[in-house]
Amino acid sequence: MAEDPYKILGVKKEASADEIRSAYRKLAKKHHPDLNPGNKQAEESFKAISGAYDLLSDTEKRGKFDRGEIDASGAERAPQQSWRQYAEAGPGERYAYSTGGTGGADFEDLFANIFNQRPRGPAKGHDRHYSLEVSFLEAVSGATRRITLPDGGTLDVKIPPGTEAGDLLRLRGKGDAGMNGGPVGDALIEVHVAAHKFYRRVGRNIHMDVPVSLKEAVLGSKITIPTPAGEVAMTLRPGTETGTEMRLRGRGVPAHGKHAAGDLHVKLNVVVDPADEKLKAFLETWEQPGFNPREGLK
Amino acid sequence: MITFESLHIAGLDEAELTHWIEAAWVHARGARGAWQFEEVDVARIRLIHTLRHEMDISEPAMPVVLSLLDQLYELRRNAARLNAALADLPPALRAAILEKLGA
Repeated sequence: MAEDPYKILGVKKEASADEIRSAYRKLAKKHHPDLNPGNKQAEESFKAISGAYDLLSDTEKRGKFDRGEIDASGAERAPQQSWRQYAEAGPGERYAYSTGGTGGADFEDLFANIFNQRPRGPAKGHDRHYSLEVSFLEAVSGATRRITLPDGGTLDVKIPPGTEAGDLLRLRGKGDAGMNGGPVGDALIEVHVAAHKFYRRVGRNIHMDVPVSLKEAVLGSKITIPTPAGEVAMTLRPGTETGTEMRLRGRGVPAHGKHAAGDLHVKLNVVVDPADEKLKAFLETWEQPGFNPREGLK
Repeated sequence: MITFESLHIAGLDEAELTHWIEAAWVHARGARGAWQFEEVDVARIRLIHTLRHEMDISEPAMPVVLSLLDQLYELRRNAARLNAALADLPPALRAAILEKLGA
Protein backbone atom coordinates (compact mmCIF):
# COMPACT_ATOMS: atom_id res chain seq x y z
CA MET A 1 0.00 0.00 0.00
CA ALA A 2 1.47 3.31 -1.08
CA GLU A 3 1.67 6.31 1.19
CA ASP A 4 -1.31 8.59 1.71
CA PRO A 5 -1.44 10.95 -1.33
CA TYR A 6 -2.68 13.81 0.85
CA LYS A 7 0.40 13.46 3.01
CA ILE A 8 2.68 13.28 -0.02
CA LEU A 9 1.33 16.59 -1.33
CA GLY A 10 1.12 18.04 2.19
CA VAL A 11 -2.55 19.01 1.95
CA LYS A 12 -5.61 18.40 4.15
CA LYS A 13 -8.30 15.86 3.21
CA GLU A 14 -10.75 18.65 2.51
CA ALA A 15 -8.29 20.64 0.35
CA SER A 16 -9.74 22.28 -2.74
CA ALA A 17 -8.64 21.37 -6.26
CA ASP A 18 -6.74 24.67 -6.45
CA GLU A 19 -4.90 23.96 -3.19
CA ILE A 20 -3.92 20.51 -4.47
CA ARG A 21 -2.74 21.97 -7.78
CA SER A 22 -0.73 24.65 -6.02
CA ALA A 23 0.83 22.12 -3.65
CA TYR A 24 1.76 19.89 -6.58
CA ARG A 25 3.33 22.77 -8.51
CA LYS A 26 5.45 23.75 -5.57
CA LEU A 27 6.72 20.20 -5.10
CA ALA A 28 7.18 19.54 -8.81
CA LYS A 29 9.38 22.62 -9.21
CA LYS A 30 11.60 21.27 -6.49
CA HIS A 31 11.64 17.58 -7.34
CA HIS A 32 11.12 17.26 -11.10
CA PRO A 33 13.86 14.89 -12.31
CA ASP A 34 14.60 17.01 -15.38
CA LEU A 35 15.53 19.80 -12.99
CA ASN A 36 17.54 17.40 -10.81
CA PRO A 37 19.50 15.19 -13.21
CA GLY A 38 21.41 12.42 -11.55
CA ASN A 39 19.51 12.79 -8.30
CA LYS A 40 17.84 9.44 -7.60
CA GLN A 41 16.15 10.80 -4.50
CA ALA A 42 14.41 13.55 -6.47
CA GLU A 43 13.30 11.02 -9.05
CA GLU A 44 11.69 8.81 -6.41
CA SER A 45 10.07 11.78 -4.69
CA PHE A 46 8.69 13.07 -7.96
CA LYS A 47 7.22 9.67 -8.80
CA ALA A 48 5.27 9.72 -5.56
CA ILE A 49 4.28 13.37 -5.98
CA SER A 50 3.01 12.96 -9.54
CA GLY A 51 1.23 9.72 -8.59
CA ALA A 52 -0.51 11.47 -5.72
CA TYR A 53 -1.41 14.42 -7.92
CA ASP A 54 -2.79 12.20 -10.69
CA LEU A 55 -5.06 10.57 -8.13
CA LEU A 56 -6.20 13.70 -6.31
CA SER A 57 -6.56 15.95 -9.36
CA ASP A 58 -9.08 13.55 -10.86
CA THR A 59 -12.39 14.20 -9.08
CA GLU A 60 -13.72 10.74 -9.77
CA LYS A 61 -10.59 8.90 -8.61
CA ARG A 62 -10.25 11.17 -5.59
CA GLY A 63 -13.86 10.36 -4.57
CA LYS A 64 -13.24 6.63 -4.93
CA PHE A 65 -10.04 6.90 -2.89
CA ASP A 66 -11.79 8.96 -0.19
CA ARG A 67 -14.56 6.33 0.06
CA GLY A 68 -11.93 3.60 0.31
CA GLU A 69 -12.91 1.97 -2.98
CA ILE A 70 -9.37 2.18 -4.35
CA ASP A 71 -6.02 2.58 -2.70
CA ALA A 72 -3.12 4.78 -3.70
CA SER A 73 -1.08 1.99 -5.23
CA GLY A 74 -0.65 1.80 -8.96
CA ALA A 75 -1.19 5.50 -9.19
CA GLU A 76 2.24 6.12 -10.62
CA ARG A 77 2.35 8.00 -13.85
CA ALA A 78 3.40 6.01 -16.89
CA PRO A 79 7.01 6.83 -17.66
CA GLN A 80 7.66 9.03 -20.68
CA GLN A 81 10.85 9.70 -22.55
CA SER A 82 12.12 12.43 -20.28
CA TRP A 83 14.19 15.40 -21.29
CA ARG A 84 17.11 14.32 -19.18
CA GLN A 85 17.46 11.00 -21.00
CA TYR A 86 18.19 12.93 -24.20
CA ALA A 87 20.00 15.87 -22.69
CA GLU A 88 22.49 13.72 -20.77
CA ALA A 89 23.65 12.02 -23.95
CA GLY A 90 24.61 12.85 -27.52
CA PRO A 91 21.18 14.01 -28.77
CA GLY A 92 21.27 16.76 -26.15
CA GLU A 93 24.02 18.44 -28.18
CA ARG A 94 21.19 19.72 -30.36
CA TYR A 95 20.32 22.09 -27.55
CA ALA A 96 23.87 22.70 -26.37
CA TYR A 97 24.18 26.02 -24.61
CA SER A 98 27.60 27.14 -25.78
CA THR A 99 27.34 26.31 -29.45
CA GLY A 100 23.74 27.20 -30.14
CA GLY A 101 22.84 23.65 -31.03
CA THR A 102 25.38 23.02 -33.76
CA GLY A 103 26.86 20.13 -31.77
CA GLY A 104 30.14 19.73 -29.97
CA ALA A 105 30.40 21.06 -26.44
CA ASP A 106 32.81 23.77 -25.47
CA PHE A 107 35.12 21.57 -23.46
CA GLU A 108 38.03 23.97 -23.34
CA ASP A 109 35.92 26.62 -21.67
CA LEU A 110 34.83 24.27 -18.93
CA PHE A 111 38.28 22.98 -18.12
CA ALA A 112 40.11 26.21 -18.83
CA ASN A 113 42.57 25.54 -16.04
CA ILE A 114 43.75 22.26 -17.48
CA PHE A 115 44.02 23.60 -20.98
CA ASN A 116 45.84 26.74 -19.89
CA GLN A 117 48.43 24.71 -18.07
CA ARG A 118 49.10 22.66 -21.14
CA PRO A 119 51.90 24.44 -22.92
CA ARG A 120 50.84 25.70 -26.30
CA GLY A 121 54.28 26.40 -27.72
CA PRO A 122 57.47 24.35 -27.63
CA ALA A 123 58.46 23.43 -24.11
CA LYS A 124 61.47 21.65 -22.72
CA GLY A 125 60.82 18.13 -21.53
CA HIS A 126 60.83 17.37 -17.83
CA ASP A 127 64.10 16.51 -16.09
CA ARG A 128 64.45 13.03 -14.71
CA HIS A 129 66.03 12.51 -11.32
CA TYR A 130 68.30 9.62 -10.45
CA SER A 131 70.57 8.78 -7.58
CA LEU A 132 73.89 6.96 -7.90
CA GLU A 133 76.27 5.61 -5.29
CA VAL A 134 79.94 5.60 -6.28
CA SER A 135 83.02 4.40 -4.44
CA PHE A 136 85.36 6.85 -2.73
CA LEU A 137 88.06 6.44 -5.37
CA GLU A 138 85.62 6.76 -8.26
CA ALA A 139 84.54 10.11 -6.83
CA VAL A 140 88.15 11.23 -6.33
CA SER A 141 89.66 10.13 -9.63
CA GLY A 142 86.59 10.13 -11.85
CA ALA A 143 84.99 7.17 -13.60
CA THR A 144 82.27 6.21 -16.00
CA ARG A 145 79.35 4.30 -14.57
CA ARG A 146 76.44 2.75 -16.43
CA ILE A 147 73.10 3.01 -14.73
CA THR A 148 70.02 1.03 -15.62
CA LEU A 149 66.90 3.11 -16.01
CA PRO A 150 63.46 2.08 -14.76
CA ASP A 151 62.36 1.54 -18.36
CA GLY A 152 65.19 -0.94 -18.95
CA GLY A 153 67.42 1.46 -20.88
CA THR A 154 70.90 2.39 -19.76
CA LEU A 155 72.69 5.65 -19.25
CA ASP A 156 76.47 6.11 -19.16
CA VAL A 157 77.30 8.59 -16.45
CA LYS A 158 80.70 10.24 -16.52
CA ILE A 159 81.74 11.02 -12.98
CA PRO A 160 84.33 13.81 -13.16
CA PRO A 161 87.40 13.74 -10.88
CA GLY A 162 86.83 15.52 -7.60
CA THR A 163 83.11 14.74 -7.43
CA GLU A 164 81.78 15.27 -3.93
CA ALA A 165 78.87 13.67 -2.11
CA GLY A 166 75.64 15.49 -2.96
CA ASP A 167 76.92 16.79 -6.30
CA LEU A 168 74.28 16.91 -9.00
CA LEU A 169 75.42 15.70 -12.41
CA ARG A 170 73.39 16.98 -15.34
CA LEU A 171 73.22 14.89 -18.50
CA ARG A 172 71.74 17.15 -21.12
CA GLY A 173 69.08 15.66 -23.34
CA LYS A 174 68.64 12.50 -21.27
CA GLY A 175 65.33 13.47 -19.68
CA ASP A 176 61.78 13.39 -21.00
CA ALA A 177 61.00 14.30 -24.58
CA GLY A 178 60.22 17.94 -25.28
CA MET A 179 56.67 19.09 -26.00
CA ASN A 180 55.60 20.60 -29.31
CA GLY A 181 59.11 20.48 -30.68
CA GLY A 182 60.81 21.76 -27.53
CA PRO A 183 64.19 20.44 -26.40
CA VAL A 184 64.55 17.19 -24.49
CA GLY A 185 64.86 17.47 -20.70
CA ASP A 186 67.96 16.54 -18.72
CA ALA A 187 68.85 13.66 -16.46
CA LEU A 188 69.89 14.90 -13.03
CA ILE A 189 71.99 12.45 -11.04
CA GLU A 190 72.61 12.98 -7.38
CA VAL A 191 75.89 11.37 -6.36
CA HIS A 192 76.35 9.53 -3.09
CA VAL A 193 79.90 8.58 -2.13
CA ALA A 194 80.62 5.45 -0.09
CA ALA A 195 83.04 5.72 2.84
CA HIS A 196 86.59 4.40 2.32
CA LYS A 197 88.49 2.00 4.55
CA PHE A 198 91.34 4.43 5.25
CA TYR A 199 90.92 7.60 3.21
CA ARG A 200 88.92 10.57 4.45
CA ARG A 201 88.04 13.46 2.19
CA VAL A 202 88.36 17.05 3.34
CA GLY A 203 87.55 19.20 0.34
CA ARG A 204 90.27 18.59 -2.21
CA ASN A 205 92.62 17.07 0.38
CA ILE A 206 92.67 13.50 1.53
CA HIS A 207 93.60 12.38 5.02
CA MET A 208 94.87 8.99 6.08
CA ASP A 209 96.55 7.30 9.05
CA VAL A 210 99.69 5.28 8.31
CA PRO A 211 100.95 2.78 10.87
CA VAL A 212 104.79 2.56 11.26
CA SER A 213 106.85 0.22 13.38
CA LEU A 214 108.86 1.34 16.37
CA LYS A 215 112.07 0.62 14.49
CA GLU A 216 110.97 2.62 11.43
CA ALA A 217 110.06 5.53 13.68
CA VAL A 218 113.20 5.53 15.85
CA LEU A 219 115.79 4.70 13.25
CA GLY A 220 114.15 6.29 10.25
CA SER A 221 113.29 4.46 7.02
CA LYS A 222 111.77 4.54 3.61
CA ILE A 223 108.19 3.30 3.53
CA THR A 224 105.72 2.82 0.71
CA ILE A 225 102.20 4.13 1.10
CA PRO A 226 99.17 3.75 -1.16
CA THR A 227 97.80 6.97 -2.57
CA PRO A 228 94.71 7.26 -4.77
CA ALA A 229 97.04 7.60 -7.77
CA GLY A 230 99.28 4.66 -6.86
CA GLU A 231 102.03 3.81 -4.43
CA VAL A 232 104.46 6.48 -3.30
CA ALA A 233 107.71 6.09 -1.36
CA MET A 234 108.09 8.28 1.69
CA THR A 235 111.14 8.89 3.85
CA LEU A 236 110.78 8.86 7.64
CA ARG A 237 113.45 10.83 9.44
CA PRO A 238 115.06 9.04 12.36
CA GLY A 239 113.25 9.87 15.58
CA THR A 240 109.82 10.34 14.12
CA GLU A 241 107.15 10.64 16.80
CA THR A 242 103.81 8.93 16.66
CA GLY A 243 101.13 11.39 15.53
CA THR A 244 103.50 13.19 13.20
CA GLU A 245 101.64 14.63 10.23
CA MET A 246 103.23 14.80 6.83
CA ARG A 247 101.87 16.30 3.66
CA LEU A 248 102.33 14.81 0.23
CA ARG A 249 101.77 17.73 -2.09
CA GLY A 250 99.52 17.07 -5.08
CA ARG A 251 98.67 13.54 -3.95
CA GLY A 252 95.09 14.31 -2.90
CA VAL A 253 92.22 14.85 -5.33
CA PRO A 254 93.79 15.22 -8.78
CA ALA A 255 93.63 18.54 -10.58
CA HIS A 256 90.36 19.02 -12.45
CA GLY A 257 88.91 22.01 -14.22
CA LYS A 258 90.07 25.17 -12.54
CA HIS A 259 91.02 23.34 -9.38
CA ALA A 260 94.63 22.49 -8.58
CA ALA A 261 95.39 19.07 -7.17
CA GLY A 262 94.81 18.60 -3.42
CA ASP A 263 97.28 17.15 -0.92
CA LEU A 264 97.48 13.87 0.89
CA HIS A 265 97.79 14.36 4.64
CA VAL A 266 99.47 11.43 6.31
CA LYS A 267 99.40 10.92 10.07
CA LEU A 268 101.93 8.44 11.36
CA ASN A 269 100.96 6.04 14.12
CA VAL A 270 103.73 4.09 15.77
CA VAL A 271 102.58 0.53 16.34
CA VAL A 272 104.32 -1.66 18.91
CA ASP A 273 103.96 -5.42 18.94
CA PRO A 274 103.58 -6.08 22.70
CA ALA A 275 104.07 -9.82 22.16
CA ASP A 276 107.57 -9.36 20.76
CA GLU A 277 109.85 -11.37 23.10
CA LYS A 278 113.09 -9.70 22.01
CA LEU A 279 111.62 -6.28 22.60
CA LYS A 280 110.40 -7.40 25.99
CA ALA A 281 113.83 -8.67 26.94
CA PHE A 282 115.46 -5.46 25.81
CA LEU A 283 112.98 -3.23 27.61
CA GLU A 284 113.51 -5.09 30.90
CA THR A 285 117.11 -3.93 30.93
CA TRP A 286 116.32 -0.49 29.51
CA GLU A 287 116.10 2.64 31.69
CA GLN A 288 115.28 6.22 30.70
CA PRO A 289 116.48 8.35 33.59
CA GLY A 290 114.83 11.74 33.71
CA PHE A 291 112.37 11.00 30.92
CA ASN A 292 108.73 11.51 31.78
CA PRO A 293 106.35 10.97 28.85
CA ARG A 294 103.58 12.74 30.83
CA GLU A 295 105.64 15.82 31.45
CA GLY A 296 103.13 17.87 29.49
CA LEU A 297 100.22 16.70 31.69
CA LYS A 298 101.64 18.36 34.83
CA MET B 1 10.36 12.31 -38.21
CA ILE B 2 7.50 13.28 -35.97
CA THR B 3 4.77 15.74 -36.92
CA PHE B 4 2.64 17.91 -34.67
CA GLU B 5 -0.28 15.55 -35.13
CA SER B 6 1.64 12.59 -33.76
CA LEU B 7 2.98 14.40 -30.70
CA HIS B 8 0.02 13.45 -28.46
CA ILE B 9 0.83 15.88 -25.70
CA ALA B 10 -2.34 16.72 -23.81
CA GLY B 11 -3.19 20.42 -23.85
CA LEU B 12 -0.45 21.39 -26.33
CA ASP B 13 -1.53 24.23 -28.57
CA GLU B 14 -0.04 24.51 -32.06
CA ALA B 15 0.12 28.31 -31.93
CA GLU B 16 2.00 28.13 -28.65
CA LEU B 17 4.42 25.54 -30.03
CA THR B 18 5.03 27.78 -33.04
CA HIS B 19 5.91 30.55 -30.65
CA TRP B 20 8.43 28.28 -28.86
CA ILE B 21 10.00 27.33 -32.18
CA GLU B 22 10.27 30.97 -33.19
CA ALA B 23 11.90 31.76 -29.85
CA ALA B 24 14.38 28.91 -30.59
CA TRP B 25 13.35 27.05 -27.43
CA VAL B 26 12.51 24.12 -29.67
CA HIS B 27 14.24 23.15 -32.88
CA ALA B 28 12.15 21.88 -35.75
CA ARG B 29 12.55 21.18 -39.41
CA GLY B 30 10.17 22.10 -42.14
CA ALA B 31 7.92 25.07 -42.65
CA ARG B 32 5.42 26.64 -40.30
CA GLY B 33 2.38 24.42 -40.01
CA ALA B 34 4.33 21.40 -41.28
CA TRP B 35 6.94 21.04 -38.55
CA GLN B 36 8.98 17.91 -38.29
CA PHE B 37 10.56 16.87 -35.03
CA GLU B 38 13.16 14.42 -33.82
CA GLU B 39 12.67 12.44 -30.64
CA VAL B 40 14.89 14.82 -28.72
CA ASP B 41 12.69 17.71 -29.85
CA VAL B 42 9.59 15.91 -28.58
CA ALA B 43 11.23 15.49 -25.18
CA ARG B 44 12.11 19.19 -25.28
CA ILE B 45 8.50 20.12 -26.08
CA ARG B 46 7.31 17.97 -23.16
CA LEU B 47 9.82 19.66 -20.87
CA ILE B 48 8.74 23.16 -21.86
CA HIS B 49 5.08 22.15 -21.64
CA THR B 50 5.66 20.82 -18.14
CA LEU B 51 7.53 23.92 -17.08
CA ARG B 52 4.92 26.29 -18.49
CA HIS B 53 1.69 24.51 -17.58
CA GLU B 54 2.39 22.04 -14.79
CA MET B 55 4.83 24.21 -12.88
CA ASP B 56 3.24 27.47 -14.01
CA ILE B 57 6.56 29.10 -14.87
CA SER B 58 5.78 32.37 -16.64
CA GLU B 59 6.81 32.97 -20.20
CA PRO B 60 9.23 35.84 -19.38
CA ALA B 61 11.05 33.53 -16.94
CA MET B 62 11.42 30.73 -19.48
CA PRO B 63 14.61 31.92 -21.25
CA VAL B 64 16.37 32.05 -17.89
CA VAL B 65 15.15 28.60 -16.90
CA LEU B 66 16.03 27.02 -20.24
CA SER B 67 19.43 28.68 -20.38
CA LEU B 68 20.30 27.43 -16.90
CA LEU B 69 19.03 23.95 -17.70
CA ASP B 70 20.98 23.80 -20.97
CA GLN B 71 24.13 24.86 -19.15
CA LEU B 72 23.51 22.25 -16.47
CA TYR B 73 23.14 19.48 -19.03
CA GLU B 74 26.14 20.65 -20.99
CA LEU B 75 28.21 20.44 -17.83
CA ARG B 76 26.87 16.97 -17.20
CA ARG B 77 27.67 15.84 -20.74
CA ASN B 78 31.20 17.20 -20.35
CA ALA B 79 31.55 15.56 -16.95
CA ALA B 80 30.50 12.28 -18.57
CA ARG B 81 33.10 12.75 -21.32
CA LEU B 82 35.74 13.50 -18.74
CA ASN B 83 34.65 10.46 -16.81
CA ALA B 84 34.97 8.29 -19.92
CA ALA B 85 38.41 9.76 -20.64
CA LEU B 86 39.52 9.03 -17.07
CA ALA B 87 38.29 5.47 -17.35
CA ASP B 88 40.64 4.97 -20.29
CA LEU B 89 43.74 6.11 -18.42
CA PRO B 90 46.28 3.71 -16.90
CA PRO B 91 45.23 2.75 -13.35
CA ALA B 92 48.19 4.54 -11.71
CA LEU B 93 47.35 7.81 -13.43
CA ARG B 94 43.67 7.43 -12.57
CA ALA B 95 44.54 6.80 -8.94
CA ALA B 96 46.71 9.93 -8.86
CA ILE B 97 43.87 12.04 -10.25
CA LEU B 98 41.35 10.55 -7.84
CA GLU B 99 43.72 11.29 -5.00
CA LYS B 100 43.96 14.93 -6.11
CA LEU B 101 40.20 15.08 -6.19
CA GLY B 102 40.07 13.70 -2.65
CA ALA B 103 37.96 10.77 -3.80
